[in-house]
Amino acid sequence: MHIMEGFLPATHAIGWSVASTPFVAYGLYSINKRIKEKPEQRMLLGVAAAFTFVLSALKMPSVTGSSSHPTGTGLGAILFGPAAMAPIGMVVLLFQAILLAHGGLTTLGANIFSMAIVGPFAAVTIFRLVRSTKLSFGPSVFLAASLADLLTYVTTSAQLAFAFPDPAGGFTASFAKFAAVFAVTQIPLAISEGLLTVVVMNALARFNAPELQEMNVTTTLEVKA
Amino acid sequence: MKRYQNLLMVIAVVALVALPLWMIKKPAPGIAGKEVQIFAGTDDKAKNLVGAISPDYKPWFTPLMEPPGGEIGSLLFAVQAALGAGFIGYWYGCARTRAKCERAISTAVKC
Repeated sequence: MHIMEGFLPATHAIGWSVASTPFVAYGLYSINKRIKEKPEQRMLLGVAAAFTFVLSALKMPSVTGSSSHPTGTGLGAILFGPAAMAPIGMVVLLFQAILLAHGGLTTLGANIFSMAIVGPFAAVTIFRLVRSTKLSFGPSVFLAASLADLLTYVTTSAQLAFAFPDPAGGFTASFAKFAAVFAVTQIPLAISEGLLTVVVMNALARFNAPELQEMNVTTTLEVKA
Repeated sequence: MKRYQNLLMVIAVVALVALPLWMIKKPAPGIAGKEVQIFAGTDDKAKNLVGAISPDYKPWFTPLMEPPGGEIGSLLFAVQAALGAGFIGYWYGCARTRAKCERAISTAVKC
């Protein structure tokens, strides 16, 4: 999903960086506040960050004959709220941009926006929405994490289409082309991410039941069940 | 039942990764005898697409540092995954032991 170094015009690169900055700043503030109030949640924050590290390092093959990687941001977003994932996602993206030439510093803002802002916000919105329909915990987590993964790549496609509109068909034609590369490839990967998120969330619900309840992720009834 | 659920989900993930490898066959080398690469990264494909849509676009910034080779790139990706997986393993070990001890305390057995 990473837009490669230098592959956004300077104005777009700056624009996305400006758009991402407040989210990262607020995310840092909210993480600090949370850890100060509830130091026992530090371990879970570590798990959320570690999960993003693992998943965004795994490049998986897809049915389109291309490879891509999941993002792993859904888990942390459901646990700590969407803003918390912005700085965590930034750390991962910086690691890959600086050491691996994967993504880039000029495209960091745009990549943060798709992976660490749109993805997490989508995850939390979808999670709350499907939970309100009384769908049980596992399927809700699955839907939230996999759709968040997919929407991250849809965002990347839109960002590129916005920067490089098709000479004939404009934004829409260009978006269709980029989405065919990114979003379609991502479908099986998004399913994988959804499943892996449920596996880890099941373990968290088993071993960290009080914390999850406190975070409003599970309800009392489900913890007992 | 829960345990089987988790196992089934992990198997499904393995199947989702294995399926494309089995479905997509490597095409025969082109006329120039160049090997056709399959399962290339989507990032590279997007780069080519940018070139196709805006042939005049020149990337204005290049990575400060590139891994000196494919193997080194894999090394760094493996390090990234290992760091994450290591921490999750650490948490899992701690959590399991804690649960075991709590059970042991409540039944007054040494853990």
